[in-house]
This record gives sequence, structure tokens and C-alpha cells, in this order.
Amino acid sequence: MSDTVSTVNNAVGAEAVRPARSPLRGLIIARLRDLALIPAIIVIAIVGQIVNPVFLHTDNLLNVLQTMSEIAILVLAETLVLIAGKMDLSLESTFGLAPGIAAWLIVQPGVTHGLGIVPGAWAIPITLLVGALIGAFNGLLIVRFKLNGFIVTLGMLIVLRGMLTGISGGKTFFGLPESMLYMSNTKWLGMPASIWVCLVAFAVAIVVLGFTRPGRALYAIGGNVDAARAAGIRTDRVLWLTLIVASTLAALGGLLLSGRLASVAAAQGSGDIFTVFAAAVIGGISLNGGRGSMFGAFTGVLLLFMIQNVLTLGGVPAQWISALNGAIILIALAVSRITSGKAQE
Amino acid sequence: MTEHAAALDDRPAGSGRPVVEATHISKRYGSTTALYDAAIAVRPGSTHALVGRNGAGKSTLVNILTGLQAPDTGQVLFGGRPAPSLSDRDAWRREVACVYQKSTIIPSLTVAENLYLNRQGTGRLGLIGWASLRRQARQLLAAWSVDVDVAQPASSLSVEQRQLVEIARALSFGARFIILDEPTAQLDGAAIRRLFARIRALQGQGVTFLFISHHLQEIYEICDTVTVLRDARHILTAPVADVPRQHLVAAMTGENVHLTSANERPPVSAEAATVLQVRDLAVTDGMEKLSFSVRAGEIVGLAGGGGSGKVEVAEALVGLRKAASGEVMVSGRALRPGSVPDALAAGVGLVPQDRHREGFVPLLSIAENVTMTVPHRLRRFGLLAPGNRDRIARTLIDKLTIKTPGPELPVASLSGGNQQKVVMARALASEPKLLVLIGPTAGVDVRSKETLLDAVEDARSSGTAVLIVSDELDDLRACDRVLVMLQGRLTREIARGWNDNDLVAAMEGVDLDHV
Repeated sequence: MSDTVSTVNNAVGAEAVRPARSPLRGLIIARLRDLALIPAIIVIAIVGQIVNPVFLHTDNLLNVLQTMSEIAILVLAETLVLIAGKMDLSLESTFGLAPGIAAWLIVQPGVTHGLGIVPGAWAIPITLLVGALIGAFNGLLIVRFKLNGFIVTLGMLIVLRGMLTGISGGKTFFGLPESMLYMSNTKWLGMPASIWVCLVAFAVAIVVLGFTRPGRALYAIGGNVDAARAAGIRTDRVLWLTLIVASTLAALGGLLLSGRLASVAAAQGSGDIFTVFAAAVIGGISLNGGRGSMFGAFTGVLLLFMIQNVLTLGGVPAQWISALNGAIILIALAVSRITSGKAQE
Repeated sequence: MTEHAAALDDRPAGSGRPVVEATHISKRYGSTTALYDAAIAVRPGSTHALVGRNGAGKSTLVNILTGLQAPDTGQVLFGGRPAPSLSDRDAWRREVACVYQKSTIIPSLTVAENLYLNRQGTGRLGLIGWASLRRQARQLLAAWSVDVDVAQPASSLSVEQRQLVEIARALSFGARFIILDEPTAQLDGAAIRRLFARIRALQGQGVTFLFISHHLQEIYEICDTVTVLRDARHILTAPVADVPRQHLVAAMTGENVHLTSANERPPVSAEAATVLQVRDLAVTDGMEKLSFSVRAGEIVGLAGGGGSGKVEVAEALVGLRKAASGEVMVSGRALRPGSVPDALAAGVGLVPQDRHREGFVPLLSIAENVTMTVPHRLRRFGLLAPGNRDRIARTLIDKLTIKTPGPELPVASLSGGNQQKVVMARALASEPKLLVLIGPTAGVDVRSKETLLDAVEDARSSGTAVLIVSDELDDLRACDRVLVMLQGRLTREIARGWNDNDLVAAMEGVDLDHV
């Protein structure tokens, strides 16, 4: 007996030695994955500077940040949903419809299809409320009735886009109220308010996802929903709330874009969901849920927009931009696959 | 039943209140009785074994003991107090925890976060303090001497480490009674020894275990009391030392030790051609190589419990799995490893393990399903001829008495037993030289079982070699001999005429001759 005990102890001892190295490496890799795109961003900055010395000028950088701020908020919203293990394709239509409904209710009839029945000050609350309602409806179908999230939101993408076309008559809403233009035309401390909104949203999201129980619950649900439920997380409620928050954020993003362009086009946001998914995956978010960080998602969208800016500065003809955009997504995906060293899911 | 009563009285006295005591537990699901008047009482500080064959009611009992399901009748007491209500998960967690075979760890999160999921301590501003969380986790693991780095992602844990982390998590809720559901199933020998050392150490710290295992040997090694369930009933509870192995196996399989059914047939003649010849087959690297053969007109059983490797071997034979090394010959033709088309061409018919996944296409008709492996036989003028297809299907439907209005019915609308007959029909459609049947009667009713086994016998008498891979004794009765696998090795070959206890003992890895 004493004999077996000693071998057992040895075995336990051997066990203790074995894993000593890997966890440290695992930790470092986990940290590095967050920063995986930083070298790429630096390289693009250098290339940009070489292509055109304007690149690193404050005005150009602010321009890049402002152009990306609307889509970045959409990426933030989609990242929340992806980490929880779901997908929301309808965000791009919410991005157009939510400010569209606000404009429709507020803008005076005449040139465009406005109703003019609500005072202009209501624009922002209406936009956000429409976003929240769309998210709640998605949640009803996906969480409550257990419909397939991908197809539900694909259906919603089409329905919501159609609704925007319907209320606008396929035209663009002009003459938006002052409240809708405010955030894109005002500067706070020398920087457009929309950039502040975007950066603050990301900062809040990073803290919530990294340092609060609801945030960690998203990772737990995306990683293993049964285990999350066993740990006492109200998985259905968290998922539903996530869908509502994501749609509300999409509405906010749409509001920023409408403000910057001083109009709501019937096609606002159309096709953007692909860029959004690309940015998230480049930023290290797993499409299977449970993996990735909000900071990573931010670097993903930043990298995409910097490359586009460099191409524009480099004088690439506008007709080629969209082909190059697709190529950029593929290249950025390959780059992040190499730097992270992990298969993308 | 007298044995039942006597056994409960046998309980060693003077050990205080049982940690958990369940009495007169009954549970039904629809028309099936999962538990009938079952009882179990676990003394503090003991390691109590719960054994029984598949379907004996073990998992239902575990679900009731962990508060996942309420019993229809009966009562559960923890330390003499009635169990909390089902909705109060936290209260249950303080009493009992179960480490399942299926992980309840979230792979993408760190070990520390898994330990304190949804109860992460928050500091100022209501934010999670990661440093203190990791310190807390390190202290917890150190207190139970679990040597795992808490900062690593849980996905990098081995099965063994994962179990220890789950045990530590359970202990951190305050539970001192832990159910281990077949903890050794996925572990190798050395890891099993370490786990047992760990169990003994925790026992010394006042933790009580309920240990579920299919390997009786392990129960003699680690447990002090054993409870046997059979057919939803409590059979006996007694100190392990007082139950001879033979007795334990008999309690699991039933008192009536009957010999193999009497449909005697002469042994396969020595001149019969060897159809299947397996040489030095190792499914994965490092697995012990195994060799065996099956003659024409012979039925050979490949038996073993879950995790014995029997299914893997069978899947390697038919090309569903690529073996690491070794050779499989069918009628003198070497099969290409990992190629199903090659196996089919050589004349192998297969009933796969999971009929829903690999057995049939649910929305296609019976005719299309059964002729899926034989498109060449349906051809007329180079096109698939529905007439030929239906003719072949009708023959097989008659032969296997598949209950259907016609061959055009989708398989999805058939009952489980009839679906399995379709799978068997598909295997027979090619008129194979070798039939490989993995769990051919799993989850089917008695009548269908008989029909399926009759079809096997028919195929055999027409000269087909048959390999039945199963742990169901009824499937194996018709075998000329049974090869028994245990933990990836061929351990025994049992000739026709075995009795149930011998075979079960061999599958469980118990040596009845050395009690």
C-alpha cells in the first residue's frame, strides 16, 4: 500500500510540473491577441505617410475617425451579439430605418415624404426608441419563440429596409431638424462630437465586457450556454437585453451618419453589415461566440478605415474602391489569421 | 426483495446521519418507469458506489439527488433536513454537486473566471477585480491542493484537470457531497490512479462521494459501500467488502443466470473461407494492435463497455475512421484505410452506431434510403430507374417486415424500430460478404429486435460473415464467439455457450476466477 501511495504522489508531482509553462504562454497569447492588429495599424500609418504626407495630419486623422465612427458603433453592437453567440444581420437596416422614422415624423411634407407631426426636439428619443423596439422584436422571435437568429434577422433586414423605402417613397429625407445634426456638426474640445460618442461608447463597452458580471455573462453564454445557465445566469434575459442594446446602438450609429450627411437616404446602411462582420472577425471576434474583445473589434474597424483612407489618398480611382474594399477585407483577415496564429471560426 | 431489506439493515452503524438519504423514490416518464421505490443513503465521509447496467435508473437518481428533477413520490433528505425546492439552485449547490462526463466548464474563459462565474467579486464602482478574483481562485485551488494555473484558459485543461476544477468549484459552494458520473471513462490508467489518490485525500478532508462507474474493478479499489440498481429498482446496498464480485455481477444482471439461447447450429467448418482478416490494427497511435478474423457463415461479437474502443475498431473496418496502422482484408482484398467507397466495393455492409446521424436521410423515401449504397443495381439506360428501386425496396420491406404503406414513405415518419430496419435493409441491399453491425438493436422494441436478429441469421446462413459490435447481451447470443475489448485492448475471446455473468464480468474488467 505504501508503495502505491508513493507512486501516486510521484504521479501527482509530475502532474504539477507539466502545466507550469503553458498557462503563462496562454496568458501572453491572450493578451497579444488583443493587440494583434496594432503592428498592422502602425505599418499602414507608415505606408500612408509615405504615399501622401497629408495622412498623419490631424485633420485627416479626424476625418478617418469621423467617417468610421458610425460604422464603428455598428461594429460595437454586432460584437456584443456575436460574443453572446448570436448574429444580428438586421442592424444595417435599423441603422437606416431608425433615423428614417424620426425624419419621417418630423420633416414637413413637401419636397420629401415627411409627415411633420412631431416637433424636432423629439428626433433623438424617437430614433433610439425605434432601435430598442426593433431589438425587442428580434428578441421576441429569437429568444422567446426560439426561431433561428440568422434567418430571423435576415428577414428583419429585408422588412426594415422595405419599410424605410416605403415611408420615404424611395427618396431621401432632407431638411432634418437641428437636434439630428447636432452631434455631427458640433466640436467638443476640438474634436467632432460623433467621434467622442464613438470613443466613449467603446470605452464603456470595454469596461462592461471586461469588468462587470453582465459583460462576463455574454462570454459565458457564447462559450457554453448550458454551463452559463447552470451557473445561475439568466441566459434568455441577457440575450434579449443584448439584442435590444445592439439595435439601440445601431440606431445611434445611424443618427450620427444622418447628422453628418444632413439627410437620410432610403439606402442608408444598405450592405454595411458585411463590412461590420469583416471588421469584427478581423478584430478577433469569433462567429461561434464566446471569444474576442471589444478593443480587438475597435482595432479591426480602425484598420479597415485607415486602409481605405490610404487608398483614397493614393489616388486610387473611385470606381475601383469597392473591389479593393473586398480585397482589403480578405487581406486583413489573412493578416490577422497569421498574427493571432489561430484558426478563425 | 428480502435481500433489499436485509441489505439496508446491513448499513454500518454509528456513522451519524447520512449526508443524503433518499427513500421510496419513484419516477415515471410517460409509460416508462425510470425508478420504482428506489432508495439510497450515503454516510458522511464514505465513497459510495452506484452501479447498474444502462437503463437501470442511475442517471434519473442522480438528477433527483442534484435537484434537476423532482421525484413523483419519495423524499430526499440532506443531513436529515428536507431538500430545498427545485427552483432554489443555490441551496442545492450548497448541498450537492455532480461532475458530469459532459463538461460544465466554459472553454473560452480562464480557470479563475470559471470558478467564480456569475459570482465574481466586485470592488469599487461595481467592477470586477480580476487580481483579487485570481487570488481567491488560487487560494481555493490551493486549499484543495489542485495544481492548476488559474490564469490559463479552461480550454487548455486536460480532462483530469477539468474534473479537479469542477470538484473545487463544487466545494467552494459549500457542498461536501459530490457525485462523480463515470469520472474514469475518459482517463488513462495513470490519471485514474491520481484521481483515486485525490478522492482519498478529499475523503480525509471530510468530503463524501457518490461514485458511478461501469468498471467494477474500480469500485472494489476506491469505494466502501455499493448500491445496485436494476430495471429501475433498488437491488442491494452493502459494504463493498461483503459483496463478492460474482454476487455483484449477478445483482446487476439479474438472478436468473441463463445460458445462451438454444438455437444450436453446428460450428463453422474449418474450411469456410476467411472473409474478414484484421491484422495489427491500431485505430490511433499508441493503441495496442489487434488482429482477428471472421469466416463466411460465422457471427462474431465484438463486445465491451463504453470507452472500450469497440466502436472505433468497427468504424475503422468500414472506412468511417482512418486507422493509424494495420491492415483490413475482405475476401483477400486489402481495404484502403478511411475509404467508405472502397469498403462498399469490397462487399461490406454497415449498420452504423447512430442511425439518426449516419443511418438514413430522414426526408428521403424508404426506397431511396435502402438503395443508397447500390446505385449500380438500379441503372437502366444509364439512368436511375425508379421501378428497379421500388422492386428492391419492396423485397427488403417484406423481408424485414417494415411497417409502411409503401416504399415511397419518408423514413422520418417511421417508428424507431422500423427506422432501424431501414438501416439494416440498406446494409443488406448490397448483398454484402461482410456485415458490420454496430449496436444493431439499440433503442428498438422487442419485436423489432427479433426481426432484426432473424435477418442477421438469414444473412449468415447464406454465407455472409457477420461482426456484431454491441454490449447488449441479446445481440451477442447468436454469436459463434465473442471478442471482448476493455480500454482499447482485446482482452478475451469467449466461445459460444457463455453465461451472462461471465460476459458482463469480462466487459466490466472483473476476473471472476480470482475472487
